[in-house]
Amino acid sequence: MQINTPFFKQRAHDALADANLQKALGNLKAGFPEKRAIAVSRMPEFEQLRDQGRDLKNHILEHLDLYLEEFERKVIENGGHVHWARTADDANRIILDICQQVDAKTVTKGKSMVTEEIGLNDFLEANGVQPVETDLGEYILQLRHDHPSHIIAPAIHLNLEDVSEAFHANHHRPKSSDPAVLMQEAREVLREKFVAADVGITGANFCVAETGSTIIVTNEGNGDLTQTLPKTHVVVTSIEKVVPTLEDMTLFLRLLARSATGQEFSVYNTLSSGPRREGDQDGPENFHVVLVDNGRSEMVGSEFQDMLRCIRCSACMNHCPVYGAVGGHSYGWVYPGPMGSVLTPQMIGIEKGGMLPNASTFCGKCESVCPVRIPLPKLMRHWREDEFEKHLQPKAARYGLAGWAFLAKRPALYKPYTRMASWMMKAWAGKNGRIRTLPLAGGWTDWRDMPAPQGKTFMQAWKEQQKAGGQQ
Amino acid sequence: MPNISSGPRVGLFVTCLADMFRPSVAFSTVKLLEQAGCKAEVPERQTCCGQPAFNSGDRKTTADIARQTIDAFDGYEYVVGPSGSCIGMLHYYPEVFAPSDSYYQRALELKNRSFEITSFLFDVIGMDSLQEQLRQLQFNHKVTYHDSCSGLRQLGIKQQPRQLLQQVQGVELEEMEEAETCCGFGGTFCVKYPEISNRMVSNKSEFISNTGAHTVLGGDLGCLLNMAGKLKREGKQVEARHIVEVLAGMTDTPAIGEADYGLAQQL
Ligand code: SF4
Repeated sequence: MQINTPFFKQRAHDALADANLQKALGNLKAGFPEKRAIAVSRMPEFEQLRDQGRDLKNHILEHLDLYLEEFERKVIENGGHVHWARTADDANRIILDICQQVDAKTVTKGKSMVTEEIGLNDFLEANGVQPVETDLGEYILQLRHDHPSHIIAPAIHLNLEDVSEAFHANHHRPKSSDPAVLMQEAREVLREKFVAADVGITGANFCVAETGSTIIVTNEGNGDLTQTLPKTHVVVTSIEKVVPTLEDMTLFLRLLARSATGQEFSVYNTLSSGPRREGDQDGPENFHVVLVDNGRSEMVGSEFQDMLRCIRCSACMNHCPVYGAVGGHSYGWVYPGPMGSVLTPQMIGIEKGGMLPNASTFCGKCESVCPVRIPLPKLMRHWREDEFEKHLQPKAARYGLAGWAFLAKRPALYKPYTRMASWMMKAWAGKNGRIRTLPLAGGWTDWRDMPAPQGKTFMQAWKEQQKAGGQQ
Repeated sequence: MPNISSGPRVGLFVTCLADMFRPSVAFSTVKLLEQAGCKAEVPERQTCCGQPAFNSGDRKTTADIARQTIDAFDGYEYVVGPSGSCIGMLHYYPEVFAPSDSYYQRALELKNRSFEITSFLFDVIGMDSLQEQLRQLQFNHKVTYHDSCSGLRQLGIKQQPRQLLQQVQGVELEEMEEAETCCGFGGTFCVKYPEISNRMVSNKSEFISNTGAHTVLGGDLGCLLNMAGKLKREGKQVEARHIVEVLAGMTDTPAIGEADYGLAQQL
């Protein structure tokens, strides 16, 4: 996928001016966070579950190699294949190979952010294999040549009218704006694709080491058809998704559903444990798991390791005031919101991704809702440290900071300087008590007044008061 | 005035914004500390908590300023300041040093004795010692309270300011929608991403004025300058003040961003 992250500011500007998008974002703000709050309030032990989730993930990350190898062993025992993909390119080639081995013309796809991350659809298409998204949101996006703006509600930026138009243009049926009609239309069109597909590709929310199973969690059931109807099922997932046991998985399922949509349990929780066995009524003949690394193993043992706990619930973005203002596309790559602001620089490089970890007030809301307690602001700060060390920040910001630091480290100089600055601003404001334009502070005064200082600095006034008091 | 030398010695962390923009906030804090029986002092060698460096990724400057602050506040029983954000920064100091650094222990120890003012009054001093004085105050206005992020989520400040406020006669607290949502200040964020910051503070301004409050109160001058600046720009009548001004009965100074009627003489 094209990287537009360096244009974050421009994209945010456009997003703020886009009335339709703002309407959609308003709905999001009212939706998921409220539902989550209700679900959490109904579960008194939720905070303990978060601790358990964090601790269990930490344990897994300490023993990632062991659990991954166990998972691989079990998948093979079950008759499946495991492929290790160090990079996005490796992953794409492996998947294309599998498709070509079975002479695939079309593949159906369940929702998967990892396949977005590696840019699978474009790669398959360029190589003569037609991917068909079957998650309703992803399907709409594919018709529009668009990309997800949210990790669990990919088409959240669209309105009904957009969908209606996309269907009309592609399905050659009468135009409708009735959600029920559109839904039925999608069902009918997709049903043919499910039957015709040679390969079904899904992601996985978790990989269970003890059984060699993968699980997908959806509310539509499209994933089930994607993975049971075609002869070949390919699971594309990433290495941090492994959990030791089925029981461990249930801990995360409880956290995931509540944090994501406020459900107690998602509608479809579908396990895949290898190809069809003797006597099975359905299931694929071939079962492949592609384990994507793409920078993740570098995070193990680094200051960003905590990020690998992420279970992709989207709570951080649902509650983020920045995401809520500008939407997911502003972030310019696959993963938006606070989790994206940490992950994206890891995957595309801080040189291109630096805008994102800076676009945060560090309000801490994301960390306060993250089911596995990822300290997202702290991790964003680590990226800023990386930028600082590499001198990547804009010159004005660096010089400004250096000048300020010079003074702040010298109290004897700092005091006269602040006295002068306060006095000047006060003089500039005159009798108004506030300033409407201030040289070099357009970022502030373009949008709001600058309240004027009261006059003297406190240090100055305090000293005078102490002196006067001493003389009395 | 109560005996001010018998209680704990408290170092006032002025905060750079109170120092430069609103000394009355620091004076109010001193007054509250003295009323609580503390001996308030103002260490000379303090400047800023170092947050701009910390959040810009400049570890070295952060550590330098942290050392300076730790030294400046050596020996005080408590360190108290009128800002959840700056006191929150003091609480980050242990993260700035390696555990082998001699300042690491001192940073931990500073963290344990530094408090935001409303939390100090409510959690450390206790309501019993304050109630009487607060009940003599009068502020006959409907107010609404903005929870600043660091105070709320890092230091757990939510009930303290409200409990204190409720003692003051005439105060009618009307909660705004999304009182806990960030106002968009965020230190340098507001000038680095002004349009996004503007959207956030516009929302905040709307929620504030929807309450019909006469005054919006808060515990952090950064947020208050931001919100007051927006309210003024939009021509709204709502005033903005730091909560300590109300708690110390020092509301005769013009509100934040209001015209100045000869304040200099008072200071
Ligand atoms: S960072 Fe936390 S809140 Fe955000 S998607 Fe991942 S698990 Fe969910």
